[in-house]
Amino acid sequence: MTYSFSLTVNGATRAVEIEDPRVTLLDLLRERLALTGTKKGCDRGQCGACTVLVDGRRVNACLILAVTLDGAEIETIEGVADGNRPHPVQEAFIAHDGFQCGFCTPGQIMSAIGLLREGETGEDRERIREGMSGNLCRCAAYAGITEAVAAAQRALAAGDRRRA
Amino acid sequence: MNLFEYIRPASLDEAVAAGSEPGAAYLAAGTNLLDLMKTGAARPARLVDVTRLPGLDRIELLADGGARIGAMVRNAELARDRGFARSYPAVAEALLSGASPQIRNAATLGGNLMQRTRCAYFFDPASNCGRRDPGAGCDARAGLNHAHAILGWSDACLATHPSDLCVALVALDASLEIVGPAGRRVIPLEELHRLPGDAPSRETALEAGELIVALRLPPEAAAVRAHSRYLKLRERTSFAFALVSAAAGLEIADGRIRRARLALGGVAAKPWRARAAEEALEGALAGPLAFAEAAALALADARPSGDNAYKIELARRLVLRALERAAAGTPERIPALPASVLADTGATAHA
Repeated sequence: MTYSFSLTVNGATRAVEIEDPRVTLLDLLRERLALTGTKKGCDRGQCGACTVLVDGRRVNACLILAVTLDGAEIETIEGVADGNRPHPVQEAFIAHDGFQCGFCTPGQIMSAIGLLREGETGEDRERIREGMSGNLCRCAAYAGITEAVAAAQRALAAGDRRRA
Repeated sequence: MNLFEYIRPASLDEAVAAGSEPGAAYLAAGTNLLDLMKTGAARPARLVDVTRLPGLDRIELLADGGARIGAMVRNAELARDRGFARSYPAVAEALLSGASPQIRNAATLGGNLMQRTRCAYFFDPASNCGRRDPGAGCDARAGLNHAHAILGWSDACLATHPSDLCVALVALDASLEIVGPAGRRVIPLEELHRLPGDAPSRETALEAGELIVALRLPPEAAAVRAHSRYLKLRERTSFAFALVSAAAGLEIADGRIRRARLALGGVAAKPWRARAAEEALEGALAGPLAFAEAAALALADARPSGDNAYKIELARRLVLRALERAAAGTPERIPALPASVLADTGATAHA
């Protein structure tokens, strides 16, 4: 049986046909839509490397069947920059050394964008750490990540409202 | 993962018809079910997607002081609902202490109630597990069982129920609206999860095809809102399942406890309501003597199922702490680290 559906990925409508309903959103993005910025770490919802936004909410792409997403709006790391200008969260990760090897970084950044939209942490470091607890970093760049999220929060509060 | 048929019914009637077929499983967010399908521990022949059924996504605060919550309300959405969190702060704290922000954004109330144990032997199809395969025995008995049950277990199964949410809800006398082939019925949440006995694979009271459509909280559940806490001990500071947890709610007047609600998590195959402890608390002065007696009563029947005798003392102390914190008053705002015992001690919580 063929499953046909459409979803919006970074603003573009994509019609999808799959024969196998086992395809997760993560595999759809990486293997069928050639969007490999979203990473596969554990594939079990434990590491957060596959974090994307679905209808504005950060979720683990590895734990969602693509076929359930008919009509959904997906945002991935490929869609956050404004042309050549990085997203404020991307700029903050660079400015505050929010990564080392970089493998978890797309998930960290998507999670941070989701966290800022939720708007519950402010610059409270303890709340930021808890709010980022779904994203593991094997290099342990956590101190830089926390500062990057706080800086992005500050930039947004100061009026940098680009696509936050 | 096994191949399955995916169905998205348009109505509740269609869903129940499709969900009543042999091999069918209801799919909500799938954060637990997909994980189990990836290991091969769950192999449904058909997934019936219930996330878009009409009318299951509402949070209703009722005129009589109770609440009715649709089964497809997301965990994060319920925890963030200000009216709900004000009336049932321990439920909100339990929700926010569970899993990660990403999983809470996806996971649903109904899915949370129906989640399976985190016992590693249950998850691993290469292990013997009578909960997964009737009659297969239990590899946890002679295996790694330091986190397993201390109440209500049997030789057939030592697994615990992993939900935080259910612990707070059971303490508050929540009930469930269930729809199935035989119509609609209401049962207490406390009766949903079953102790293993000699049939651990019979995990819940649901019959084939039955679907949880809503949860109800009675008006009395809000009576303890000024003195409510959920506390949880885990092996790392955040994003971990409970070793032990406790939901405590007190109604206190003139220093005396008028109403007490207490339940434990991580200790049994179901959220464990501590009724004897509640009875000892009601009428007593809110203080260390009553709390110590209640904590002892809550664990009176506990016994180790393996390398986990420490959990009995851990749970006793956590109950004591939960009662103390509840008596001190519900915090104005849920702490930065929800349910952590470190959250309001001044210690560096993320040490």
